[in-house]
Amino acid sequence: MFDLLGWVPIIPLLGFLILVFYGRRLSKPEIAWIGAGSVGISTVLVALLGFEFLQGPMSPYRLTLGSWIVSGDLSIPFGFYLDALSLTMLFVVTGVGFLIHLYAAEFMETDACYARFFAYMNLFVAAMLVLVLADNLVLLYLGWEGVGLGSYLLIGFWYQNPANGYAARKAFVMTRIGDTALALGLFLLFTELHTLDIPSLMGRAQSQWTTGAVLPIVAAALILGGAVGKSAQLPLQTWLPDAMAGPTPVSALIHAATMVTAGVYLIARTHVLFMLAPPVQGAVALIGAVTLLMAGCSGLVQTDIKRILAYSTISQIGYMFLALGVGAWSAAIFHLLTHAFFKALLFLAAGAVIFSFHHEHDIFKMGGLRKSMPLAYWSFMIGSAALTALPFTSGFYSKHEILLAAYETSHILWGAGCLGALITGIYSFRLVFVVFFGKPTREIEKKIGGRMTIPLVLLSVLALCGGLLQIPLDTVFPALSEQNPGQNATLVSIITLAAPILGVAIAGLFYLTGTFSAANFVNLPGARLLNRLFLTGWGLDAIYGAVLIRPFKTLAALNKNDAVDKLYLGIAWLSRQLHRLTSATQTGRIRWYASSMAFGTVVVIAIGLLS
Amino acid sequence: MTLILFYVTSAVAVFATIMMITRLNAVHGLLYLILSLLAVGVIFFLLGAYFAAVLEVIIYAGAIMVLFVFVIMMLNQGHKTIAQERAWLEPGTWLGPSLLALILFTEMLVVIVQGGSAETGHVVSASQVGMALYGPYLIAVELASILLLTGLVGAYHLGKPILKMAKPRSEP
Amino acid sequence: MSVIPAEMGLLLSGLLFVLGLIGVLARRNLIMILMSLEVMLNAAGLAFIVAGSRWGQADGQILFLLVLTLAAAEVGIGLGLALQIFHRFKTLDADSINQMQG
Repeated sequence: MFDLLGWVPIIPLLGFLILVFYGRRLSKPEIAWIGAGSVGISTVLVALLGFEFLQGPMSPYRLTLGSWIVSGDLSIPFGFYLDALSLTMLFVVTGVGFLIHLYAAEFMETDACYARFFAYMNLFVAAMLVLVLADNLVLLYLGWEGVGLGSYLLIGFWYQNPANGYAARKAFVMTRIGDTALALGLFLLFTELHTLDIPSLMGRAQSQWTTGAVLPIVAAALILGGAVGKSAQLPLQTWLPDAMAGPTPVSALIHAATMVTAGVYLIARTHVLFMLAPPVQGAVALIGAVTLLMAGCSGLVQTDIKRILAYSTISQIGYMFLALGVGAWSAAIFHLLTHAFFKALLFLAAGAVIFSFHHEHDIFKMGGLRKSMPLAYWSFMIGSAALTALPFTSGFYSKHEILLAAYETSHILWGAGCLGALITGIYSFRLVFVVFFGKPTREIEKKIGGRMTIPLVLLSVLALCGGLLQIPLDTVFPALSEQNPGQNATLVSIITLAAPILGVAIAGLFYLTGTFSAANFVNLPGARLLNRLFLTGWGLDAIYGAVLIRPFKTLAALNKNDAVDKLYLGIAWLSRQLHRLTSATQTGRIRWYASSMAFGTVVVIAIGLLS
Repeated sequence: MTLILFYVTSAVAVFATIMMITRLNAVHGLLYLILSLLAVGVIFFLLGAYFAAVLEVIIYAGAIMVLFVFVIMMLNQGHKTIAQERAWLEPGTWLGPSLLALILFTEMLVVIVQGGSAETGHVVSASQVGMALYGPYLIAVELASILLLTGLVGAYHLGKPILKMAKPRSEP
Repeated sequence: MSVIPAEMGLLLSGLLFVLGLIGVLARRNLIMILMSLEVMLNAAGLAFIVAGSRWGQADGQILFLLVLTLAAAEVGIGLGLALQIFHRFKTLDADSINQMQG
């Protein structure tokens, strides 16, 4: 039964190939069947595999499909590795992925490039599956690059608009910076430990390296660099809000549920390395905490519905990084799982709203949709509740676990996490109140159909009840250090509980009842500056532009006439001149040819005489 | 005696050749050419090659020059084309070839002078030549006759279509 | 009795050859070119005869005979070609028949 593991990434890849070569000749229903169906088959396979895995002793299972690179010390097979962690990720990618594909079948129905869309989506899913199943870091890197490619292709899907192309390019280049760091980390690991197979790599690292030594710190820092790029954390987070230029299902799949969580997965997979490098692990937590606050603040003032959700994603992944940083590995993965559910739900519901208004994104142009779009309303409520971690939603359980673990390590980190929860409450319910309450400003132009309804319903159920899932991650991760209840245990729990609710209340006062007015708030001294700061994501784009991009462009402009190319052009020019010279001798005149023969004779005799 | 005759005849030959290459009237040039050939025939005689001298006069100055005469007459060269020839003979046209030829002649001079001295004057009679032709050089004779046959066929073929073609074919 | 020195004969042959060469290179009328070519062939033949006379062998004259044959065949075909050219291009200018240029 476990042999079927190999088929899980291959079937979406086959789907991609079929759609690439035959997509133009297929009809839209056929394309949808192949595109969504391939992921569906993988989902069924994962369900079967998971069922069998969970019943047994849950020891890791390895499957090798063949060898890829064999060179001296280096042996890289196409190997897959199934344990509780990869099973969790598989479930997220295929399960949520399939629901999103189903949704996309209707959402993208009017698009002319239907086949291209599903081909790219299948390619992406195949690459992501390779990433989570890889048993060695090189194959993981292959999947890593594959999802980067898929992300680029899908963000710039509507390439006819140049802005989309720029957004896609920005995403690709920024994640590339992280990828380079990851590649350097791979080189370092191989040079020092002579293997890239993950289980043996972790074993050797643990036996050969001492905690806090230079080598594990450098290696872990490089891997962190890679994770930061892919997961849009500080300092490489500016690409994610712009990536919202892609279609909504793409945002849901790639930039909420799967690709951006690849960084979290990577750190979790190599957790042994991070445990050997406490400063780096501390850096992970710090990056997570700072990012979640920055992104939360930015989300407070956005007006584009998808940008709010994008900043929310950056913030929630900050929570996962925080969890990884304090050693709560299982909590981080649990939050990854629940986040996949509610964030995908939120994006798909936002898509339903956008779909009904023919691609309107500004939340202040919508209003009072509570009555006219009940399904979207309830989806948003459930999703936002889970996002805010209101009691008894799935998000509550996972975020609570993270914050309690953070308290053990550092009160400051816990404080940041609570503040972040407060801000999360404010911006997510600001969104809900503005869009769904108040007076209706527009009529709906399109109703959503069954294929968009089913995923919304299923994801709502998962977002509510997902907290009940018990994933046996203790087979993968070491348990968290003994929970010390300590003096203020109850107080801590109450504050952690209350912060989001307080946030919801504040949002309600501003946007639901109108007791306070956001417009008045902005007119307070200094508030306008803060508003600008938050709106542009803390000015990082401007900083990068001034510090990195402008000098680069200036340098590039120096070589505008391309000195190197001139050299090659010069060779061609010389060749042309020689050609012109020699073809001038072909005059076609007899007397000229006879003269040249006489000249040749003279030269030959002269040579004979002189030598 | 022969030496003086040789010098006189070679002067005539050279003079005739120079005149030939500078004439504007083609018929005049032809006549000078015949003179040159006859002078060379005399030189052959002075060298003791009687058979060759006879051949030179009969075939070269006889048959081949007659061919030239016919063609010149057919193409109306001669009196009618003097102006054209004058236009074609610019000083610039002469200079380059003359220089080249002068250098070539200098080289030949150097080679010949380096070769040392020898006497000529051994008479080779016609019978000797005939014996050699029917002896060792038999194949050469056959080849020469094939060459002549080729020339015959070629000339016939090249001469024919003039009568058939009413107008020239258009240029490609 | 003064004998003709071989080098004088060869020099004469060279001089006639070079003069013929000048005629070939400097004249534009096809017929004149052909006539100058005859001069060159004749000069070559003279060289052969001088050599044969110097060594007292018949080979020189035989080779002259072959050169003569060659000249005859060549003149026949050359003049035929000249006639064709005149018929097609209406001119005997060697410089204007340059379509194989470039």
